[in-house]
Amino acid sequence: MREETIEITKDLTIPQLFYKQCKKYGNEKVAIREKEFGIWIPYTWQDYFDNVKYLSLGMVSLGLKRGDKVAMIGDNRPEGIWAEMAAMCVGAIPVWLFQDCMMEEVRYIVDHSDSRFFVGETQEEVDKALGIMSECPKLEYIIWDDPKGMRRYDQKFLMSIKKVQKLGRELDQKEPMLFEQMINEGHGEDICLLFYTSGTTALPKGALLTHYNMLSMGQNLMAVDPCYDTDDFVSYLPFAWIGEQMMSISCGLQIGYTLNFPEEPEVAQHNIREIGPHVMFAAPRLYEGLTRQVQVKYLDSAWIKRKAYEVATKIGYYVADLKFERKPVPWYWKALNYFAYVIVQKKLKDHLGMSRLRHAYTGGAAMGPDHFRFFHALGVNLKQIYGQTEIAGISVVHRDGDIKFDTVGTPLPETEVKITEDGEIISKGPSVFQGYYKMEEETKKALKDGWLYSGDTGFIDEDGHLVVFDRSKDVMVLNDGRPFAPQYLESRLKFSPYIQDAWVIGDKAPYVTAVMCIDYSVVGKWADEHKINYTSYPELSQHPEVYNLIQRQIEEANKGLPDPARIHKFANLFKAFDADDDELTRTSKLRRGFMAQRYKDIIEALYMDTGIVHLDMTITYEDGRVQPIKTDLRVQQIDA
Amino acid sequence: MNTTDEVKEGEVILKLEDICMSFGKVQALSDVNLEVRKGEIHSVIGPNGAGKTVMMNCINGLYHPQRGTIFFKGQRINGLSPHKRAELGIGRTFQKLELYGGMTVLDNITMGSHIHLKSGILSGSIYAGKTKREEIEEREFIEEEIIDLLEIESIRDQVAHMLPYGLQKRVELGRALALRPEVILLDEPMAGLNLEEVEDMARFILDINEEKRWKITCILVEHDMGVVMDISDRVLVLDFGNMIIDGPPEEVSENPKVIKAYLGEEDLYTSRR
Repeated sequence: MREETIEITKDLTIPQLFYKQCKKYGNEKVAIREKEFGIWIPYTWQDYFDNVKYLSLGMVSLGLKRGDKVAMIGDNRPEGIWAEMAAMCVGAIPVWLFQDCMMEEVRYIVDHSDSRFFVGETQEEVDKALGIMSECPKLEYIIWDDPKGMRRYDQKFLMSIKKVQKLGRELDQKEPMLFEQMINEGHGEDICLLFYTSGTTALPKGALLTHYNMLSMGQNLMAVDPCYDTDDFVSYLPFAWIGEQMMSISCGLQIGYTLNFPEEPEVAQHNIREIGPHVMFAAPRLYEGLTRQVQVKYLDSAWIKRKAYEVATKIGYYVADLKFERKPVPWYWKALNYFAYVIVQKKLKDHLGMSRLRHAYTGGAAMGPDHFRFFHALGVNLKQIYGQTEIAGISVVHRDGDIKFDTVGTPLPETEVKITEDGEIISKGPSVFQGYYKMEEETKKALKDGWLYSGDTGFIDEDGHLVVFDRSKDVMVLNDGRPFAPQYLESRLKFSPYIQDAWVIGDKAPYVTAVMCIDYSVVGKWADEHKINYTSYPELSQHPEVYNLIQRQIEEANKGLPDPARIHKFANLFKAFDADDDELTRTSKLRRGFMAQRYKDIIEALYMDTGIVHLDMTITYEDGRVQPIKTDLRVQQIDA
Repeated sequence: MNTTDEVKEGEVILKLEDICMSFGKVQALSDVNLEVRKGEIHSVIGPNGAGKTVMMNCINGLYHPQRGTIFFKGQRINGLSPHKRAELGIGRTFQKLELYGGMTVLDNITMGSHIHLKSGILSGSIYAGKTKREEIEEREFIEEEIIDLLEIESIRDQVAHMLPYGLQKRVELGRALALRPEVILLDEPMAGLNLEEVEDMARFILDINEEKRWKITCILVEHDMGVVMDISDRVLVLDFGNMIIDGPPEEVSENPKVIKAYLGEEDLYTSRR
């Protein structure tokens, strides 16, 4: 079915492409699948088309115009992508919000983007919108799609997607050609998405992307790793993340593969296994989670299974390392590898939903070599990518057979990547964004002569691969001038299943220290087995035995590291890091500057001999409630 | 079975008249009267041993009171066995969980709807014809209405007794709902739940009571005063088998007898707030 490829030009818009694809596949092919009520419900391209068409016309009859902004929030679901596509068809600009955004963030983005419409999923999102409505005078309509809990809401500006679609049908009868007309009016260089970046340091910035930005990115990525319209993709990471837009729209719409939406976020992993996707793109955190899951299951299983796993991974690692070094794999190792595949890896990949996976990408943050090797030893073709929202997703990727786990690969076709004299990575290509919305200053800083200034430092190695250092502000030196890389240490620590998160400290300090977050379920299980009583995360994290356990994990990670990079002292935090407490960005990156402020007492204690630190602070729950907490943390020394 | 006319919203759907029930010399209920109107949440409160659960057992037929009459939709149901009453439309959950521990959540819930299946042993044993049609219809009802409502998608295939207590309570409610009852007896649905679970459960009760799809009349036995006062339309107070008062929550919470018998001198809203 791939005979006719669609040419991506500066004239083509996403809605035009959408129109072509729907006409091409019609009722013949499934465009979207959603698991609902326990079964997978398919929507053909024709269904997709109808839903988008009437929703789009309905929004028009409510007064949506070309260039207006539409804020969107909710879990991944067909209605979400319909709404996005519908807004684009009108020529309006979707603005996605993270599902778990707090009121203040929602308010800021809705207000700053001048959104007139708000599309939520359930009562929860509607409540958020109602809560900010008085402060966002430009907001006019709130649209929702799940009727649960909505029976008592009767405000005029509240409307269900179904009702909007009904309005759309009425408009369609009056002006039957309006939809096509709206689509034809668009131009490839119009803005199609306003994307708020997570911002590790400052307020979120809204990046403006055009249709051509998005589509050229997808085209260039698929020039490297082709996808097919028979492929399956599982969409479950937030739409507010550029990576998901890139896979669902830039690539998905272009090639016409099937998007699958899990039933609920909690069962996503299970649903992925049922689908067995061909491509996936996720942040390192997800892969770290999968690794941990395997390690825990390994610890849990019977002797014979453990042995089989050990043998298989040994073989896997050996072969993967040969491939990393680009050496030929001798036939007997190939045979052994096949044996490992049959006894362990096949099953294991099936459990992880990776049986059919052709390409897996990770990006957005640094991923440790340990995790990287782990997946390659399993026979999963995991690749690093590098990019940012400002370049419509990615600009650099590993090529098949040319994977080095300390690099992020080579630039996509049509994309140039250079290093400035200061070592900053800059890139140029068709996908570079148009600037930040209402932020002239920032735009000037990021865009110079068509080059995108990333703020990251790095270099290009002898093979032409780009190596990215940590975000430049995160490269640290001890007070005697010896450097160390905190992110590298953190990812090394996180390879232990007992450690959920780590925060390495030591800038301008005499030695390196760390604050650890234990993994509650894994350490909890370990505690059960060792007959340690506990009632809660705070209590478990402070148990001396648990401290010793974590110490052993750190000692393991310290092995083979040069002296300045070794962790000398650590403390277990009484909670896990959380985006609701502003400790992480919504894409799970540590906000070091903020943390250094928030936990300055802990840092102080880590560099003194008191051994104990008193904390008196507040924590924030998901619904926005705030609770004060008073507790003591212990600091433990590690003998170097 | 004689079908009675549909009861309209606001009319009495369940009526207890002078119910007396004693176990030996213990008078568990004496001359209790209750009128439950369709569409209401009618709560029953009282100290431990007040006779609340006995009253529930009388309504759903586990106990047969020595004196007094029970009417359901105008029909006298005194002599009927529990499963007959279930067929008529009286569902219930239990204070102590009564799930089938070894079965999955889905099977437990499906079990509640079996009473409505009409197909016989023969077609059932080969899973064809009527059985198949019925099963598919039931499946849709259970998945779309119950599992979605109670948000238990992620546990539908798990074995019931392995689940945390709070979730088991939800499954019990799910099974009672599968019976498609018109009146549901909820015997301490919040007992043993944490604050978050209590809030969820209260929402579910409001949902099944108010949502157009369900519109179930609820009889709620509960100790959590915050919940009772918030969601009930009427409250009946029992003390050692005697009715103290039956009225709207505001009236009940101000009644000096209630405060003396049940709440002590403390403020009503001290429970779980």
